[in-house]
Amino acid sequence: MLARLRRAEDSPPPALLLAAGAASCLALLPLAVTAVNAASVGWDTAVALLWRPLVGELLVNTLVLIACVTALCSIIGVGAAWLAERTDLPGRQIWAVLLVAPLSIPAFITSYAWVSLSAAFETFGGALLVVTIAYYPLVYLPVAAALREMDPALEETARTLGLSPGAVLLRVVLPQLRPALLGGMLLVAANTLVEFGAFALLRFRTFTTAIYAAYQAGFSGAEPALLAMVLVLLCIACLTAEYLVRGGARYGRLARGARRGAARYGLGRWRNAVLLGLALFVLVTTGVPLITIGFWLTQSSGAALTVASGTLPALAQAAWTSAGLGIEGAALTLFLALPLGALAARHHGLLITFIERCAYLAQSVPGIVVALALVSLTVHHLRPLYQSRLSLLFAYAILFLPLALVSVRAALMQAQPRLEEDGRSLGLGWFAVLCRVTLPLAAAGLGAAAAMVFISVATELTATLLLAPIGTQTLATQIWADTSTVAFAAAAPYAAAMAVMSMAASWLLAQRFGVSPLRATVEP
Amino acid sequence: MKSALLLAAAGATLTFGSALAHPASLTLYSAQHPQVDAMLAAEFTKETGIKVLLHEGEGPDIAAQIIQEGADSPADVFLTENSPELNLLDEKGLLAPVAPATLAQIPARYNAATGDWLGLLARENVLAYNPSMLAAAKLPASLLDLSKHEWNGKVGIAPSDADFLPLVSALIKTQGKAATLSWLEGLKANAKIYQDDESVAAAVANGDVATGVINNYYWYRLETQLGPNRIDSKIYHFESGDIGGLINVSGAAVLKSSKNQQEAQEFIAFLASPQAQEMLGKSDIDYEYPLRPGVAPNAKLTPFKDLQPPAISPANLGDDQEAGQLLQQAGLI
Repeated sequence: MLARLRRAEDSPPPALLLAAGAASCLALLPLAVTAVNAASVGWDTAVALLWRPLVGELLVNTLVLIACVTALCSIIGVGAAWLAERTDLPGRQIWAVLLVAPLSIPAFITSYAWVSLSAAFETFGGALLVVTIAYYPLVYLPVAAALREMDPALEETARTLGLSPGAVLLRVVLPQLRPALLGGMLLVAANTLVEFGAFALLRFRTFTTAIYAAYQAGFSGAEPALLAMVLVLLCIACLTAEYLVRGGARYGRLARGARRGAARYGLGRWRNAVLLGLALFVLVTTGVPLITIGFWLTQSSGAALTVASGTLPALAQAAWTSAGLGIEGAALTLFLALPLGALAARHHGLLITFIERCAYLAQSVPGIVVALALVSLTVHHLRPLYQSRLSLLFAYAILFLPLALVSVRAALMQAQPRLEEDGRSLGLGWFAVLCRVTLPLAAAGLGAAAAMVFISVATELTATLLLAPIGTQTLATQIWADTSTVAFAAAAPYAAAMAVMSMAASWLLAQRFGVSPLRATVEP
Repeated sequence: MKSALLLAAAGATLTFGSALAHPASLTLYSAQHPQVDAMLAAEFTKETGIKVLLHEGEGPDIAAQIIQEGADSPADVFLTENSPELNLLDEKGLLAPVAPATLAQIPARYNAATGDWLGLLARENVLAYNPSMLAAAKLPASLLDLSKHEWNGKVGIAPSDADFLPLVSALIKTQGKAATLSWLEGLKANAKIYQDDESVAAAVANGDVATGVINNYYWYRLETQLGPNRIDSKIYHFESGDIGGLINVSGAAVLKSSKNQQEAQEFIAFLASPQAQEMLGKSDIDYEYPLRPGVAPNAKLTPFKDLQPPAISPANLGDDQEAGQLLQQAGLI
């Protein structure tokens, strides 16, 4: 039996390998275009561009920030996920939504809120604060899904063997969280690497702000492309680090039988302190930006009145477009992420690791680089696709594939392969097994992935501006149009609509998909 | 069956493609403010029946996109906020000549020397200052003073904003590269760096920095946003032809690759017409000076004839490539 399993792991079905390879190649396309572009820079120019004090400064800024943000996000993300999923915290359903809410507020709005509170946030500390707030949900979501899907039997066994709750956490739960946690950390690192809007407002300079500056200063695509290649190298370093830390451990459940809901621990006398702490935390992460949006909603200065398109139908139209793009973008991204996730979760080997890791690389370059690469690809070689809805959806899929992949992979790793085998031995075809066994088992993680992609698409600006069919207006492009004319009051209804829509998405998908049928309670 | 389907798909694409190319619509790529675009497009459609499809974004991004698109560009007309993007496309041979009759509507010094783009609106470079942090008497006589040590920590700039580059280009033209570089290096030591002019304008008004180099437009926009008399900063005009009072020009051009040359020329002519120029002059969105002689700007602005800009023609500033390189050498971008 064991031998058969091992063989299955080492040689994936050719169809799966092909589908995953295709998805990975698609994600790498814009990078290839950018690399060709970068190579057109002469050697002397390249040296002059890369070997100067500012690049060193940017490198230090970028690396120190990534290290701090990733560490903070993982502590906050795991802590919050544990409280929401594995304790008897009152109002868990509401907390679960509030805790992912920062993801639905674009980082530049959070930045704007903090900067308007005090210019003191225009520092490293401010950048750390804003990016941590914006991205800890990337750790929270996959970790919460993993905690929800975890088999309580392991923890119960550990408890029967005499381990204290703390020891169970450290020795049983945390190791099982590794794929989700490391994946989330990788996403935080990659997103911090390419964050632009937040840092622009905070006057914190990284490689990405320098790339945008190079485009803004009218440089031809080659020089920004070269800077982007530095980001690719940094991302490869992050991927390698994650690979080394993750190691070869596997986390599939071996037990047969129906799964029960994961165990919950009583908070006891810590209950009120935890509630107060969470309330303060949500006030800082979500309250500050939402209050800022609210403040602008109440302002009806002349600037708001002069905006041509600030009407209710225009708002509804933009919201409808954003929602549509979000849903279609999430569907396409999941479609591409599934074979990659399945391959990485169920099979091992150098080639497989390579294919999966390649998909993450697309996220190592800023949206503007990916968008311009897709412009040059489609306009010359796939003309009917240029500025079509489909090419925009592909851009989203490429940009957010890593986001989906982390959750999909973690979810599939926790779904029992044995149950799939049982399904097959009962005569189900692979498609039936997929629909009736694998997908339902991985539902929580897939829901989280879809929610994250939906929200990212709804808040995406750069690629949308460049690639959307001519005349498309989304919530994000409307916010851009208004804030770039210093009409914050006019932007407020769009920002509010965006926040409401994204929060609804995270509630619907992350919560509805992940309700466990049975719950066990463990008293401390 | 499969090939029949493919044929049908190809047929559909062709019909779709030719529907897009129908002369009754024009594709406008614009880096102007979307509200201005919407206003102009609606008026043009009302007059001519030609529908205007809008594609909007930041100037340099759109210019980069047009360069990528090359001969395949769907754009008919490109409308910008600054002249260097137009000069860049002109150098790459992507622009068609503007009809001489249209060029004649605007004073020649604001149009391309090649006649390939048309100047429409002008903005003035100014120094915004916060009177509670800096007395008016202490304001600099020249932009060049800002690199001196006494300005350390007292000036905000947005070196990567497309509006800053023309200043550097003008300095290169008038002072030479070496002097410009040493000015930029002094500025790097003194200045607080912001991402764009909007942020500089806000920072000065908030008292985060005493002065800021911006285009006048951003101050008026901020004042409109905050409400009359609720802004804590003021505008200082550089005088006597100092380089700091440079005029930035926003313009429009017809793409050489456009399949609708005639309609595109018609649109550009419309932009220079008294009607469109007056509409732009009156708008509270734009706060720019219409370049057509005889059209009054927004009454809040200092009259155009009272400005004392440097002698250099804004249309001859070039494409900002050299300016960008100097900014890099100085470590500002």
